[in-house]
Amino acid sequence: MSTPQPPAAQAAPGQPYPVYTSPIPVVRTHLGHAVASEWTKIRSVRSTVWTLGVFILLVVGIGMLTGVVVSASSSSLNGENALGLGFFGLLLGSMCLITLGVMTTASEYGTGMVRTTMTACPTRGRVLAAKGIVFFLVAFAVTLVSTTLIALAHVAMTRDNGAVDPTGAEWLKGTVGVSLYVALLGLLSLAVGSVVRHSAGAITIMIGAVLAPLVVALFMFAESLEDVRMALFEYSIPNQMSIFYANSLSETGPSGWDPLWIMLGVTVAVFAGAFALLEKRDV
Amino acid sequence: MIEIEGLTKRYGEKMAVNNLTFTVRPGIITGFLGPNGAGKSTTMRMVLGLDRPTAGDVRIDGRRYDQLKDPLTVVGALLDAKAVHGGRSAYNHLLCLAQANGIPSRRVGEVLDTVGLTPVAKKKAKGFSLGMGQRLGIAGALLGDPRILMFDEPVNGLDPEGIHWIRNLMKTLAGQGRTVFVSSHLMSEMALTADHLVVIGQGRLLADTSMADFIARNSRSYVRVRTPERERLRDALHEAGLTAVEAGEVLEVEGDASESVGELAARKGIVLHELSPQRASLEEAFMGLTAESVEYHAHGGQPPAGPGPEQAAVIPGPPGDGAAQQQWGSEWRQR
Repeated sequence: MSTPQPPAAQAAPGQPYPVYTSPIPVVRTHLGHAVASEWTKIRSVRSTVWTLGVFILLVVGIGMLTGVVVSASSSSLNGENALGLGFFGLLLGSMCLITLGVMTTASEYGTGMVRTTMTACPTRGRVLAAKGIVFFLVAFAVTLVSTTLIALAHVAMTRDNGAVDPTGAEWLKGTVGVSLYVALLGLLSLAVGSVVRHSAGAITIMIGAVLAPLVVALFMFAESLEDVRMALFEYSIPNQMSIFYANSLSETGPSGWDPLWIMLGVTVAVFAGAFALLEKRDV
Repeated sequence: MIEIEGLTKRYGEKMAVNNLTFTVRPGIITGFLGPNGAGKSTTMRMVLGLDRPTAGDVRIDGRRYDQLKDPLTVVGALLDAKAVHGGRSAYNHLLCLAQANGIPSRRVGEVLDTVGLTPVAKKKAKGFSLGMGQRLGIAGALLGDPRILMFDEPVNGLDPEGIHWIRNLMKTLAGQGRTVFVSSHLMSEMALTADHLVVIGQGRLLADTSMADFIARNSRSYVRVRTPERERLRDALHEAGLTAVEAGEVLEVEGDASESVGELAARKGIVLHELSPQRASLEEAFMGLTAESVEYHAHGGQPPAGPGPEQAAVIPGPPGDGAAQQQWGSEWRQR
């Protein structure tokens, strides 16, 4: 390599330099590029396969067990529909979606990948939006398939136990409705992961948020706290989930599609915070 | 072209980067030198818009990084070789970067080939050695075939063959008219690769000069002389108009004067035990420069010009050092 040249160039800083031009076509990037990138990311790590695999195992496995036990017993469902039997598996399975949601954002901070990501896409909000879109679609699709499968199985298995066939509205709530709710819960975890930037911390927060209100309410014996106790029960995430199967812990509190709107509101609020923090903080 | 103006970054009380102003030009390799913790990585992160500057501005071809619509085709950066998800394969890691910028996926294969990682393209990154991780990072930087390249400590963890490879790569890239900005804390590495030098210490600019200038200004040559008749030789040297500094048991004569010192001693009949030409290494000049940054406030804005006399007294090392330094110096002379 010869170097006499650079010092000469140095001597005349005003001189135009031969600037390199790449043969690669220049593309104006948009959200679609970020979504494609995030899709590659989510499908190329084994933790996705694991968490979703365990999720399906829990929802379908526990669902089938419940179905078998109920259909084998002599007890009658007394005119209830069979969809509610899917609740237990889905409640446990939701932990997997929480984990996956948190990992989608927080693991990038753990590995340092986030610096590479944000260099490739300096519009930080776009990255978070793309992650949210890809995760939500994956989580919703997987949940919908699992809940629909298990719902069909339960209805078929419990026909002889006095269960009534669910109405169309009940089908919609027990499959699409609850899947949207659980996928939103995962999306909320994703936003929390982006705020907390620490996988273990964010997963703990989310599992605490799911279980703590119920556990706390369980031990609230004081008479004067009865209202608080009721609210904690009614608005706890497991109870909100069970509302999609029309077997709430109480007669008051949220009903119908309310839980979905509550979860949507919370998710939107946390996302707004996550976007603001992402813009403000150093990567 | 990277233009940095008044760039400042404060973390709480600590000034990581303090009012930096310099320009990185295309067509040459610009070395960014400073001791650990001088603010090199922070500066590079601010160039890439990862850290928000407290004050000041970075422009890349006239625009801020986050205003670039196709950032990877403008700037390619190797910041941190570990900035990779360990569970992802090299191919998928590069693919997701390419997709984020709409770069055709065939480029992934091309850059893997360039850095020599094709055989392990489908292997998970967490099994990679430090050197392979570094190569993967470089592949990511080259992905968009950018006109500006930034490498933060690229030779870290590379074997000699890898170091040689990256030096040649950087020279080739600069030769194609690209801007190459490379940081290091090793002066010797910079002396071999960089054409221009930006030195910082404690976040402040200490020098912004061409490599040739820096070498001319900072590489002091002297002759090391050992004699049992030190006083006589001193007087003789003084008479002959040569400057000698006493450094412990030996005398150091300024300049490339081994012949004249030898002839002088022979004429006067002075016994010599050692007579060796020496060259203070650039590494030492660099250390002198950055050591000053501690008491920098007293010096105003000017970088100190060359090593002072008190530093000269420190230079002589063990006898074996002389040959190594000589060889080292001749290396950059040949360039």
